[in-house]
Amino acid sequence: MPSRYLLRRLAQVLPTVAGLLVLNFCIIHLAPGDPVIALGGEHGDAAYYTFLRNRFGLDRPLPEQLLTYVANVLRGDLGTSFVHGRSVTGVIAERLPATLLLVSTALVLSSVAGVGLGTLAARYRRRPADVALNTAALLGYATPSFWLGQVALLTLAVGTGLFPVQGMTDARNPQTGLANLMDLLHHLALPAIVLAVNELALTTRLVRTGLLEAFGADYVRAARAKGLPEALVIRHALWNVMLPVITVIGSRAGMLLSGAVLVEVVFAWPGLGRLLLSSLLSRDYPVLLGMFLVISVGVILANLITDLAYARLDPRIRYQ
Amino acid sequence: MLDSTPAFDISNQPALALGQRASEGRKGFFRILRSGTGRIGVLLTCGLLAVALLAGRIAPADPFASVGLPLRSPTLAHPMGTDDLGRDVLSGVVYGTRTSLALALIVSLLTGAIGIIVGSLAAWHGRRADDALMRITEFVQIVPRFFLAVIVVALFGPGLDRLVLLLGLTSWPWIARVVRAEVLSLKQREFVEAARSLGAGHFRVLLREVLPNALPPVVVVVSLSAASVILIETGLSFLGLGDPEVVSLGYLANNAQRFLRVAWWMAAFPGAAIALAVLGLNLLGDGLNDALNPRGGR
Repeated sequence: MPSRYLLRRLAQVLPTVAGLLVLNFCIIHLAPGDPVIALGGEHGDAAYYTFLRNRFGLDRPLPEQLLTYVANVLRGDLGTSFVHGRSVTGVIAERLPATLLLVSTALVLSSVAGVGLGTLAARYRRRPADVALNTAALLGYATPSFWLGQVALLTLAVGTGLFPVQGMTDARNPQTGLANLMDLLHHLALPAIVLAVNELALTTRLVRTGLLEAFGADYVRAARAKGLPEALVIRHALWNVMLPVITVIGSRAGMLLSGAVLVEVVFAWPGLGRLLLSSLLSRDYPVLLGMFLVISVGVILANLITDLAYARLDPRIRYQ
Repeated sequence: MLDSTPAFDISNQPALALGQRASEGRKGFFRILRSGTGRIGVLLTCGLLAVALLAGRIAPADPFASVGLPLRSPTLAHPMGTDDLGRDVLSGVVYGTRTSLALALIVSLLTGAIGIIVGSLAAWHGRRADDALMRITEFVQIVPRFFLAVIVVALFGPGLDRLVLLLGLTSWPWIARVVRAEVLSLKQREFVEAARSLGAGHFRVLLREVLPNALPPVVVVVSLSAASVILIETGLSFLGLGDPEVVSLGYLANNAQRFLRVAWWMAAFPGAAIALAVLGLNLLGDGLNDALNPRGGR
């Protein structure tokens, strides 16, 4: 991959992150009420408010405040949570792994199964298998993840007892080593599957449409004409179909994360979603704003990685 | 710069080419009824629109009024059961559908307007305007809408008005990109050149010749984005960030979460209504896409 492309693409990321910081700063200052109240609660006395104003530089002109804010963020200082009494960065870092585990599992599930099912549907176009898959994909794409979670919880977890109802591990029966891992996977299965359904439906449809389009292309006809087995023909076509699919999957990082938040609330999964909900209830604004920043940067990174993967996979891409 | 004063009346000549394409477009809208998915999409969307418009007649009760015993499973009197305060769930679903569709409609109008303006300006002026507008588009596209909405509602308080504004101001990039691509290709066509050579100003050519022909794909994207707006609103309401003054499907789902194990009907019916609304709009978009673009590979 040309390193110049990498540099160019990285250079595009910086203004976006800068824009996000300004946006975040504007939201803080446009919000009704004094930021001091947002920081220190409504029942502090005048001396405490003055202390906070000094501490956070709120008595300075706005541009200076913006610079202070940016400098703080760049140092990894997102403020202090007034519920947890600790740094926002620490609170978020504590919850991030659980969400990343959930999201990455769902992503792997939906991508692998989506390519498989999409290929199946394209291979048996207009036959019962294709019609069934298409219908399922349409339904799966339309179903809100939190509702799917509720239904799965009621039927599969509460109904059959095959899956645990909530949490990440069994708190009453703590395990270690391999048993702990199995316990974790057991708890992970249902939320990950529920979260994967939307993406799975989309990937299936994209792969199917892409393959059908490829089947009409000259190189596929040539491959078939010279008698290549169908499996090999599909493998050829899949390589070309995968590129746009990867782009779409990468561009949906934000959707996937918002889905994860809702699914976490349903299954009481101890990740960012639970933190978001509790911070909303306790009006812990520094944590909310910090989460918005972290998630936005995550989405930017996901897009960056997608673009780089795209450039690596497709030798035709040479951005000058 | 935009030139809004046409030098001559050119409404007759290029209208030939335009009239032809526009009638193709109109046929396309009827062609949607030929495909199964298109038919279901139209049927579902029209059905939900009817429910939304006739909510006052269909709903047996006021969605906020306590009309029965709490947490009763579905009966003839309350076909979708009652909630924890004895409110009729069917009435909630009917009025919630109205809220969701109204929100989707208003947001769509807003995003459509912004998307068309940004996309056509970028494509029409090219160069620096294009660069600048597309950078802005990319930025807005990358900001996670859902989380931005969470922050704004948390800090500014809940309300449908700010939700409409926020979703409207953040959902247009996709439409702008489609419009830009269409306008870029259309502005090279002969009928556009003909209109310009007859002395029509930029604004007139754009408004009368180019945009009407760019609209069909925009309609497709708008219907798909309306579906995603419904999903975002229900997601926010599910987190308890909805407008407390208005019944919405997400509000019902949020309320159901606490009673999930004792009252499945409180969760099942509102969720199914959300899925139907989103499915209807998605199928409508797909059907329109197939009808307007028959080479679409399906």
